Amino acid sequence: MAELPNMKPNKNEMPMQDPKVRAHNFDEVAIGYSEEIAIDEAKRCLNCKTMPCVAGCPVKIHIPEFIAKIKEGDFEGAYQVIAQSSSLPAVCGRVCPQETQCESKCVRGIKGEPVGIGRLERFVADWHNAHSDTKEVCEKPNGHRVAVVGSGPSGLTCAGELARKGYSVTVFEALHKTGGVLVYGIPEFRLPKAIVQKEVDKLKSMNVEFQTNVVIGKTLTIEELFKEGYEAVFIGSGAGLPRFMGIPGESLNGVYSANEFLTRNNLMGAFKDDSFTPVMKGGKVAVVGGGNVAMDAARTALRLGAEKVYIVYRRSMEELPARREEVEHAIEEGIEFMLLNNPVEIIGYNNPDDRRDPKNGFVKAMKCIKMELSEPDESGRRKPVEVPNSEFILDVDAVIMSIGTSPNPLIKSTTVGLEINKWGGIIVEEATNKTSLDGVYAGGDAVTGAATVISAMGAGKVAGQAIDEYLKNK
Amino acid sequence: MFEIKTKRFLNPTVCEMDILAPLVAKKTEPGQFIILRVDDEGERIPLTVAGYDRKNGTVKIIFQIVGATTKLLSVKEVGDTIPDFVGPLGNETELDGLQNVCIVGGGVGCAIAYPVANKLAEMKANVTSIIGFRNKDLVILEEEFKKASNEFYCMTDDGSYGEQGNVCVPLERMLASGKKFDKIIAIGPIIMMKFVCETAKKYNVPCVVSMNPIMIDGTGMCGGCRLTVDGKVKFACVDGPDFDGYKVDFDELMARNRMYADFERHAYEETCNLLNKEVK
Repeated sequence: MAELPNMKPNKNEMPMQDPKVRAHNFDEVAIGYSEEIAIDEAKRCLNCKTMPCVAGCPVKIHIPEFIAKIKEGDFEGAYQVIAQSSSLPAVCGRVCPQETQCESKCVRGIKGEPVGIGRLERFVADWHNAHSDTKEVCEKPNGHRVAVVGSGPSGLTCAGELARKGYSVTVFEALHKTGGVLVYGIPEFRLPKAIVQKEVDKLKSMNVEFQTNVVIGKTLTIEELFKEGYEAVFIGSGAGLPRFMGIPGESLNGVYSANEFLTRNNLMGAFKDDSFTPVMKGGKVAVVGGGNVAMDAARTALRLGAEKVYIVYRRSMEELPARREEVEHAIEEGIEFMLLNNPVEIIGYNNPDDRRDPKNGFVKAMKCIKMELSEPDESGRRKPVEVPNSEFILDVDAVIMSIGTSPNPLIKSTTVGLEINKWGGIIVEEATNKTSLDGVYAGGDAVTGAATVISAMGAGKVAGQAIDEYLKNK
Repeated sequence: MFEIKTKRFLNPTVCEMDILAPLVAKKTEPGQFIILRVDDEGERIPLTVAGYDRKNGTVKIIFQIVGATTKLLSVKEVGDTIPDFVGPLGNETELDGLQNVCIVGGGVGCAIAYPVANKLAEMKANVTSIIGFRNKDLVILEEEFKKASNEFYCMTDDGSYGEQGNVCVPLERMLASGKKFDKIIAIGPIIMMKFVCETAKKYNVPCVVSMNPIMIDGTGMCGGCRLTVDGKVKFACVDGPDFDGYKVDFDELMARNRMYADFERHAYEETCNLLNKEVK
């Protein structure tokens, strides 16, 4: 007779650093389940025959199967189950929005909380990284060469998929460090860089070659990659240029795009005391926007010593697009949410009596206007509209714009015949991720615009399989 | 790793190096830039290319020792390597169809202006060059400019060499006397470019300027290099680095370049102290 499931309505809580402590350091916020907690949580899974959770996973991890292995205490076995479908479980266990994916479909979520699938995935991946040195098994080299553009989640996944099948893969990265958004975008306290490095090292052990400092579209074009003997190319070049609001004062010193602010800290290590890269620290900081990137920027500013950090967002908490968990963490750490507010102008310091005053040209305040949500329109959306005469001044020393990105023109402008949609995203066939050019595939933010790590991975995986099919039949 | 193949000082604070970077050398054109790092914890700094040798795969950079990174780079020797050197970035200077051009270079900006002058000379265009420096000790690339130019002026602020005055003096003189240019290309300190544009405007001659703002990735991702051109936000790395000088908001640019002045001064001093300690 099988052991009865654990019918506790709530997930096992994630052990975490105290908010007061973590607000001042860059160490990871969540500490992770112990073996005992993981087994206890695994026992909450009912092992449903219909496996609704799997349907919610963009890469279709065999979720009940890996959880069953945890129940048995076979953690390496659990890892091997996940590894069949996902190449970056330690990353996804941390940054996937499980609450809208696998966990949203969990039957346990109907009465109580769903099984903590993300937390279990993370536990299994960390356990594997700490205890196991099993080598990835790759097929015999087949002599075919594939180029991957970008070493972010979609590129790494595509490279892994093809390397396992025996392809000789070269990944080209524009920056000096591999990992893409996992390295320059997502902060250390949410995704330790050592974990990303481990995933890159794993691919290196599978003979994937990494070439940093190569900007495809500039240093080399897609056409030249084919001339050099690559038979297929995957473009996973990421999101692109940060947007600004177009309001007065956005060029003042102390106004950052979230990309710049995060890159200075995450990629360039500006948060370290001995860093050569400067960034504004302390003071009052306003982050404009409500996505995950906005949360990352706000919490980074706090850790750099800001006395006050505001999230300024034009809709209400209900529409805020960031993950609930990140919002809760931000609130616990003391970040103030100024909802239903929109900036209209950033005001700079200007001393009329002293043109050489060093503060001249720096941010002093931000003028905002209060917003309200309109009645739902035909599509059911409630638009934010300005409340007349409700402007007010918010004293700030820095403003971080986190309102999305527009596509990067570097590859499309140098690749004849590569079709893009009206938003600038690369057009691909859904089933294969093939672009308008033969042998050229694309995925991740370069196709969809800003989206999640896991959806980029899913696209990299699909493209990897399609490239394999294409080259086998060529 | 990228090897330093040659190194020489053009004046006490300006250093020239040829760096082995075949992929960059193969592609780069005048007006484009590269980004380099000197060590594994270092910052990324943009430098506009000062020349290239496609056959030997080298790219020439000329830099002034102004901060910590350029100081560290300047003490590297031939045969040493730097970890990162990426490019070519940005767009090349548009020279198609130009027949009569005035090149204005200021200070270390001459390093960037020279390959443009040289390319125009190769295209058989009529080149007038004006180069300006604070004083005699800082003059660089004089012979090179002379060779590439049909008409040549060297200016110093204090009159210790060439003609006394700023670069606008001979420019204004020529324009006032009715000399015609298809275009003026000005590269140097922001304040110099601003005044060259004002002079050009008076005589209705198009003027292109080259930007060298604070930058991180150089591929459009961070937006740190933004400037206002014709009232719109542009990124120097992907939209530039050349812009129509009539439309650039120079005052804003000057303020933005001061953003980290304090930090940079400290970093520079610390680096100098560190290097002095090593010498002792």
